[in-house]
Amino acid sequence: MIDIVLRAENLTASYDDHIVVKNVNLSIVRNSITAVMGPSGCGKTTLIRCFNRMHELSPKAKVEGKVYLIENLNGRREEIDIYSVDPMIVRRKIGMVFQKPNPFPTMSIYENVIAGYILNGIKLKKSEADELVEETLRKVSLWDEVKDRLKKKGTFLSGGQQQRLCIARALAMKPDIILLDEPTSALDPVATAKIEELLEQLKNTVTIVIVTHNVGQAGRISDFVAFMYLGELLEYGPTDTVFTRPLNEKTEEFLAGKIG
Amino acid sequence: MRSYAFRIAKSKIISVILTLVTLISTIPFLLVLYFIVKNGISVINWEFITHLPTPVGEPGGGILNALVGTVILIFIALILSVPFGVLVGIFLAEKSGSKISFFVRMMSEILQGVPSIVVGIIAYLWVVKPMGHFSALSGGVALGIMMLPVIIKSTEEILKLIPVEIKEASLALGVPYYKTILRVMLPAGLSGILSGILAGTARIAGETAPLLFTAFGNPFLNFNILKPISAMPLLIFNYAISPYEDWWAKAWGASCILVFFVLTLNVITRLISSRK
Repeated sequence: MIDIVLRAENLTASYDDHIVVKNVNLSIVRNSITAVMGPSGCGKTTLIRCFNRMHELSPKAKVEGKVYLIENLNGRREEIDIYSVDPMIVRRKIGMVFQKPNPFPTMSIYENVIAGYILNGIKLKKSEADELVEETLRKVSLWDEVKDRLKKKGTFLSGGQQQRLCIARALAMKPDIILLDEPTSALDPVATAKIEELLEQLKNTVTIVIVTHNVGQAGRISDFVAFMYLGELLEYGPTDTVFTRPLNEKTEEFLAGKIG
Repeated sequence: MRSYAFRIAKSKIISVILTLVTLISTIPFLLVLYFIVKNGISVINWEFITHLPTPVGEPGGGILNALVGTVILIFIALILSVPFGVLVGIFLAEKSGSKISFFVRMMSEILQGVPSIVVGIIAYLWVVKPMGHFSALSGGVALGIMMLPVIIKSTEEILKLIPVEIKEASLALGVPYYKTILRVMLPAGLSGILSGILAGTARIAGETAPLLFTAFGNPFLNFNILKPISAMPLLIFNYAISPYEDWWAKAWGASCILVFFVLTLNVITRLISSRK
């Protein structure tokens, strides 16, 4: 049986009566990389912002439909309707990485990694914090680059390093899923390659949903791919299948670079 | 078509004129500085800043009452206006497009343009009249009102400059809104808020008009905020219009200290806001 971690049912999202995501039904497989692609303005970012309830922060934003997070607790499956619980809890379980690297400017590298704990007032012992910082920075292969300057501000790092720091910040909360919103669009090809490589290693511990504008990137790293067009989910399936035998002609046109 | 040399020359001339005009604009300030230092520096000594005024005709004496008074007045103004101004600034930045913000922003801008003597009258009506006498508190209220728009404006502007991604990063970590404001946004804008507060202080430090019928002045040392108190600009005003030559000299000395105090505040403000 396929292990599902997140399920969206009839999800519709709008800004000020302008519908951006139309009636999307989608199940995300645990410990996989799902790429959401589609032309600009197709609603891919809005879709993933509905998954951790960030969409509702925009003025006049509205969400209809259901999103369930499925957790495995000691072998018992538990479904959480994320729109019926505290959004703060949802956002700790479903992390997010943004388009532009955004480490907290007033915090050191060390503090940025455990920012979720510091800002939420969750107390960590010094040894626990040290361990968590090292472990997380190793996961994003940043440890060796920054271990001698953990007390320096995160904003002194290069763009790619900052983005890996932001991934570490999300991972440190030990989320079930991390959502990445075009995380490499502001980075150079070398930094992009590093992040892609990193994501493939991370999927053993966390489920990854990545929005990307870049067909090549979706093809390189994703297990599943969702194609959105004008707010609708037109096609969703294993990446190999969708890339070689797309069912929808719009998908084919997008893959061929005719729309986008 | 005109020659190349002509166009080069024209460009040079314009450039020289602009440079000259720019330099000329600093002359008023440099003249103020020159005269104040020339006339004031000889008066300033240790006794001048550590002693109270002597009766007219008696040599020596200082302006300690006014120095202490100005510090106390600024302190009262800060206590009243900083918490208020920063909170209003946060609201305006967060609810930027709302009708309340539009209204409050406009009111704050108008308040900034209200003549200082009018602010003094308002503090007189609000504080001096109900209390029945002049006081440091009423002067602090007047100065606080004058400072408020500066702090509101600088807090709002600096918070708006912080990228929305920083705020979203915090919210996406499950940090509640109020903690995001307190622990992420305010620290990120701290240097800007501080320089706003310093700029506000510099603005009120030399205000005379709002103090004329609030703080009123006091030739003695006073630490009680419910009693009249002296201040540097008040002392300068009173000494300058007096008929005594000795007092004129002291007014120059006090002016010199006041100008350098404000100058220092402005320089620190510059340093803080350019450190980023």
